[in-house]
Amino acid sequence: MPLSTQSEAGDDQYILVASLDNVRNLSNILKAITFKDHALFNATPNGLKVTVEDSKCLQANAFIQAEIFQEFTIQEDSVSFQVNLAVLLDCLTIFGGSTVPAVTTALRMCYNGYGFPLTLFLEEGGVVTVCKINTEEPEDPIDFEFCSTNVTNKVILQSDSLREAFSELDMTSEILQITMSPSEPYFRLSTFGNSGNAHYDYPKDSDMMELFQCTKTQTNRFKMSLLKPSTKALALSCKVSVRTDNRGFLSLQYLVRNDDGQICFVEYYCCPDEEVEEE
Amino acid sequence: MKFRAKMIDVGCLNNFTRVVNTISKLTKTCTLRLTTDNLFFMLSDKVANGGVSMWCELSQANFFDEFQLEGVSAEANEIYLELQPEYMSRALRTAQNAKSLKVKLTKKHCPCLTLAAELPSLSSASRLVTHDIPVDVIPRRLWQDFKEPSVPDFDVSIYLPPLKTMKNVVDRMKNLSNHLVLEANLNGEMNLKIETDLVSISTHFKDLGNPSWSDEASQGPSQARAPETMAHARVDIKKLQQLLTGQQVNPSKAMCNIVNKRMLHFILLHEDVSLQYFIPAMA
Repeated sequence: MPLSTQSEAGDDQYILVASLDNVRNLSNILKAITFKDHALFNATPNGLKVTVEDSKCLQANAFIQAEIFQEFTIQEDSVSFQVNLAVLLDCLTIFGGSTVPAVTTALRMCYNGYGFPLTLFLEEGGVVTVCKINTEEPEDPIDFEFCSTNVTNKVILQSDSLREAFSELDMTSEILQITMSPSEPYFRLSTFGNSGNAHYDYPKDSDMMELFQCTKTQTNRFKMSLLKPSTKALALSCKVSVRTDNRGFLSLQYLVRNDDGQICFVEYYCCPDEEVEEE
Repeated sequence: MKFRAKMIDVGCLNNFTRVVNTISKLTKTCTLRLTTDNLFFMLSDKVANGGVSMWCELSQANFFDEFQLEGVSAEANEIYLELQPEYMSRALRTAQNAKSLKVKLTKKHCPCLTLAAELPSLSSASRLVTHDIPVDVIPRRLWQDFKEPSVPDFDVSIYLPPLKTMKNVVDRMKNLSNHLVLEANLNGEMNLKIETDLVSISTHFKDLGNPSWSDEASQGPSQARAPETMAHARVDIKKLQQLLTGQQVNPSKAMCNIVNKRMLHFILLHEDVSLQYFIPAMA
């Protein structure tokens, strides 16, 4: 590790040190949740969880397990801080974020504790960049109380199939309506836009459908503007799990494979827009 | 006054196009000075362009197969034109695969630099595309405004790292800040730094090497200088980005001279083309 000599002496003072040989393993997954500037970082011995929220209706979490990092040392049970995500991403991609596999940027990320900046050491081809990002007061994330025991309906899809649907969605529609049902139409995405209504149906025995567990017919509407950021995660992922609970809350879990073939998760929680009036 | 020139070689045409494209990315208007041996694209440091100045020198023999010039008079055998390089760049775009390109000074409704490209065609009839680029002929009494800038009395001169790496770094920094500090020393080290309320970033390049200017004008302070002492200049990040983004000359040699707290002087060399770019420091 070219960076290991950088700050060996001062490592004890850091309550968190995380190193990556390939910074893309972090920057890519952070891009999947970039829709607001403020990101809450929570590190535990298990790894790093990054949370971004919008309008108290949408929450995105990215999980990067400790094993993904070449080094992950944490002195406390839990370390939290908040930083500007756009700034962090500019720092992580300071060398351009090359997609050429032979050229990788190494990262060493250190945090001294409350009130200190987040320090990044980045190295590519012998050039070293040091970034000190000022941290903000961490705000507690919203608990969506999305509990797997309350899940009414769940499907797991190949991301390809959902990507195709999302790329063709009528964005003039203010809402996306998701219908999940044990009987026809099983899994349906509907839009109501300027040029008419559109429905995308997925049969439950399709090759794209890895798992189909729907117990009750549910139709929920979600603001298109809130769901739009999740397409960034969809673009990166290979599988997606779509779940709704008894309150109609939506959980989207994306399985993302990084450059080294390791698996990370991104999840989005979204509140339903309104009750559908039964007629 | 008379000027006509002809270019046949497609490699020369490509090189020339790249130079003009670079110029057009750096400035809206510039002065083209024609002498019997050289072409110069110049921008003098007026307040209107943020104090940036530019000097690009091409040897005509390396581009043109025919080159006829009759200047203002026998003793002042030169022509100074003011033009918008963007127009020239656009004209050259249509001339990409031309069999030949003729450049001449013409008098139409106004003075024009006329670029006539003969394009390849399948039939025997040739296809000719002509662009008239309006120019202002600069009278002789104003020529003194366009002297070749002397190499400033710099504190540190350093070779630049690969410009693509530097561009990537400066692009990101531009997202975060309006100003950038470039500093370097005689140990071949150069740093790019920004500092804002949100973040401070410094990128360190090393082993770049320092050009030797022993026979040149600049001695004095740099001679006695401690090798690790940095000379720095704080500049408008957009001006630097413009140079790094706009340059298409892919220089074989690129260097920067720093006049401490005063100015950055960039020199890009590619074969016979030399481009100099001056960015003044800010307070």
